[in-house]
Amino acid sequence: MWSQLVTLWRVFMHLFDRTDTVEYPEQKPYLAPRYRGRIVLTRDPDGDERCVACNLCAAACPVDCIALQKTEDEDGRWRPEFFRINFSRCILCGLCEEACPTYAIQLTPDVEMAEFQRTNMVYEKEHLLIDGPGKYHDYSFYRKAGISIKGKGKGEADNESPPVDIRSLMP
Amino acid sequence: MLDLIIEHAGLLITIALMVAVLIPIGAMLVWFERRMLGFWQQRYGPNRVGPFGILQSLADLIKILFKHDWIPPFADKPVFILAPMIGAVSVLMSFAVVPMTPNLVVSDSNIGLLFFLAMTSLAVYSVILAGWASNNKYAMLGGMRAAAQTISYEVFMGVSLLGVVILSGSFNLSEIVLAQSELWYVVPQFLGFVIFMIAGIAESHRLPFDLPEAETELCAGFHTEYSGIKFALFFLGEYLGMMLISMMITTLFLGGWMGPWLPPIVWFVIKTLLLICFFILLRAALPRPRFDQLLSFGWKWVLPLALLNLVVTAAVKLWGGF
Repeated sequence: MWSQLVTLWRVFMHLFDRTDTVEYPEQKPYLAPRYRGRIVLTRDPDGDERCVACNLCAAACPVDCIALQKTEDEDGRWRPEFFRINFSRCILCGLCEEACPTYAIQLTPDVEMAEFQRTNMVYEKEHLLIDGPGKYHDYSFYRKAGISIKGKGKGEADNESPPVDIRSLMP
Repeated sequence: MLDLIIEHAGLLITIALMVAVLIPIGAMLVWFERRMLGFWQQRYGPNRVGPFGILQSLADLIKILFKHDWIPPFADKPVFILAPMIGAVSVLMSFAVVPMTPNLVVSDSNIGLLFFLAMTSLAVYSVILAGWASNNKYAMLGGMRAAAQTISYEVFMGVSLLGVVILSGSFNLSEIVLAQSELWYVVPQFLGFVIFMIAGIAESHRLPFDLPEAETELCAGFHTEYSGIKFALFFLGEYLGMMLISMMITTLFLGGWMGPWLPPIVWFVIKTLLLICFFILLRAALPRPRFDQLLSFGWKWVLPLALLNLVVTAAVKLWGGF
């Protein structure tokens, strides 16, 4: 009985405490840069698309909201022919970002993406693609990877030795 | 017929005024409670619709009126429709005998207190019929709990009031108020005051005694199957019930409209409002007991205390204490 009266008193004293509420639309809370919000496709420092259409994000996606199709350019790069994210299904879990080998797909701190029409929640590649490199400013997949594309042969990537002729006996 | 209407025009106007004021106030209480709960939980509560969110109840009302007035196909239709009406009407009837000021009372009846007790007993039909007619096991459980709770707490609600009746020597609520002109009955009848308050909370199914509804275990108890305007009637009945209990405590124990300087109606409203705040504080602070705990607390503790209070008051009165 006594403890209940104490409870009543303590709860009553909360009347004079400051409220913890953040009044959202007027008062925006700070969202960290690594917050998991709207998904974007980034470009490398040269301005080319980073996505190489490897499908790992689509495979990792637990709700299957990512769909894409690979195509190959004449310069040897792989690109998505289309890249579609259905945000009405997306749960913003960030597994696609973790799966991506080229830092192409990234989550941003933007969460205000409500729509009146459900079809407007389906974002195509032109909606997803941004002009900058996102969170990783210097990374360019084709400069690090040993794939030969037009303008960059085998052994010309960063920290890459020239290819070894395995049929030669010379060191 | 016309003569009758003209003869009682003043009374009819009073009744119309009371209903027109009480029902909106009952609706406003929903907003008030949510705001107060918010403050006691360090948040704001509804503050968007209108200044300070004061139009929240209106928005809720508009929403609830436009909802589909659905009756489940498995329900007992006439009883299902009747139950919420009984709930709201039986509570509204009780307001007729509450003296808000010396003049503002619909029926200054000699059996006002008994009428109040009778009407609160009738309210149990609303919950039990709703639970039964819904043909749903949660509703049924809620209805049964409500019936058991109401019947057991009604016993000592009546007993606790007998102390007041002994002291004032009247069942007329206005006379009870006038009898408190020297000393409010909360002092000589403190035990009765506490018991009546507990019983009142249990009667109006307010937290912490809201076991018939118990959202966390019975999903909504007796009004699980209700929606739209019928649900609104239950809700209105509950909040009017809280208001009624506060008014009755004010009238019986806190000196009703009496107080210095301010006009009677203001004193009445202030006292009632403070009691309503206390009820909301109870909701914010206390957990819900188990159902068997509730009943055994009622029968094993409160009923003997109420009887003791009655016997002691009667003895003191008999030997000329007051």
